[in-house]
Amino acid sequence: MNYWPLLGVAVIVVGFALRFNAVPVVVGAALVSGLLAGLPLPALLALLGQSFVSARMLLLFVLTLPAIGLLERAGLREHAQRWMARLQGMTLARLLIGYLLLRQLLAMLGLTGVAGPAQTVRPLLAPMAEAAAEKILPTLDDADRDELRAVAAATDNIGRFFGEDVFIALGAVLLIQGFYAQHGIVLTPLAIALWALPTAIAAFVIQSVRVWLVQRRLQRRAARVHAGEGS
Amino acid sequence: MLRIEYAYWLIAAFLIYAGWRNLRDRHLWHAAFWLVLGVLFGGGDYVLAQQAAGNALPAQLAGAAVIVLALLAPRLGRLAHPESSSPAQRLASAVRLGHRLFVPALLIPLVTLLVALCGAYMVIDGHAVFAAPQMTLTGLALACVVALFAASRVAQVPMREGVAEGRRLLDAIGWAALLPLLLAALGQVFTQSGVGAAIAGLAGMLLPTGSALACLLAFALGMVLFTVIMGNAFAAFPVMMAGIGLPLLIRQYGADPAILGSMGMLCGYCGTLLTPMAADFNLVPAALLELRSPYGVIRAQVASALAILATTIVLMWLLVFR
Repeated sequence: MNYWPLLGVAVIVVGFALRFNAVPVVVGAALVSGLLAGLPLPALLALLGQSFVSARMLLLFVLTLPAIGLLERAGLREHAQRWMARLQGMTLARLLIGYLLLRQLLAMLGLTGVAGPAQTVRPLLAPMAEAAAEKILPTLDDADRDELRAVAAATDNIGRFFGEDVFIALGAVLLIQGFYAQHGIVLTPLAIALWALPTAIAAFVIQSVRVWLVQRRLQRRAARVHAGEGS
Repeated sequence: MLRIEYAYWLIAAFLIYAGWRNLRDRHLWHAAFWLVLGVLFGGGDYVLAQQAAGNALPAQLAGAAVIVLALLAPRLGRLAHPESSSPAQRLASAVRLGHRLFVPALLIPLVTLLVALCGAYMVIDGHAVFAAPQMTLTGLALACVVALFAASRVAQVPMREGVAEGRRLLDAIGWAALLPLLLAALGQVFTQSGVGAAIAGLAGMLLPTGSALACLLAFALGMVLFTVIMGNAFAAFPVMMAGIGLPLLIRQYGADPAILGSMGMLCGYCGTLLTPMAADFNLVPAALLELRSPYGVIRAQVASALAILATTIVLMWLLVFR
């Protein structure tokens, strides 16, 4: 067994740890692994180029930018924030947990591309989460805003990941079924998908608690600010 | 018929526009970066067609272009374009337009949903409107165009202003936009150079085979670790399954394959939440949301990921050996 290609993994680990620019680190790792595996340079270049253009769908999110940029210039975020501030009973936790549930249910139906960081989090969920947090603590600093946006993105990811495995016709379930079929174990997609449900429920509960803890921490800080003003 | 290739050409046009605008503004490194990427996107179908026909030269040129992009990326500093509108202007516009602003934003998910659900049944004159491969993503591209049109109607601004705003956001995201594609390519190179097999070989030497619990833990944590390295649970699954899952857990200890496969994959997903290698889920959102740390989203996910992982491992231990 040729273990030298593993040095490509080492390039990644060291490069990310030293906080080099990630693009040359990743390309360098690919060149190191490929050359150490004995691939001739022309074949390696062709493999790199072909794999890159085969993954073009991963840049599709940039097509959302013109519409979102235009709407943001016309005040979309400001309007989302003003609307959140007016909505009685819509708290930070209810907003994010409601979104989590919706995202998980959509993913369970195989509709993962409907929402996402560019489609829904940046234009809608993140500004609403900030506005909901401002209702609790009006004096948010930049670090708080970063954390709220990050929690909104995390909620989107977790809802997607732990919903999509429940859908029978999506990549993960078909990959599992295909692997077993190659090795002589025949399973229906439904039998595999059903066993993703316990973790899906656990993920929903865990992320909901996490969101609720973020909200409680803001409430406690607000209470301290309030007490400080009162004395 | 609408095909996903049209979306790639649209992206290519947008990237070339961004490059051209940067050229006019004398941001030469940004201009070169977006222009090279735009040409790669526009020529992608040609590259794949020629490769399939046995001509490797275009693919080799594309590989060389990827290396050029890697050399250009460190030169792209953060390019903060001046805001094209003041907070007061945006607030006034928000008050004037109100809920109408939500309509184009919601059109993006709604049109995508419509195409995903009904695209297969849309037929004009005996021709399907949407090609079957990647129909949801074709729908997303269409939704973006529809939303831009609606946004320019609602805001009473010409569409080219929207494209200019889009370019501003693209420059703010910068090279991070490229990482998902590069990591997908890296995964392919790793597979071809036998990195997965080498890791499985190393794991085989260290592996405890003495108890079912030790094997199960090695399988679950191996899924996480391998996913963290490769950035993708799909790459980890066949390796860990062939190394530990099938020979030891299923054949020797009689684990239930459906439960082991499903929950093992979900352990990998917990790894996806933890790794910068899954750039499209972790680094791109951080750039899109303009977080100051590129690892902000990962930090927000660590606690949940570990709790979900622990729960899944306990569930597996309770369920797979029934």
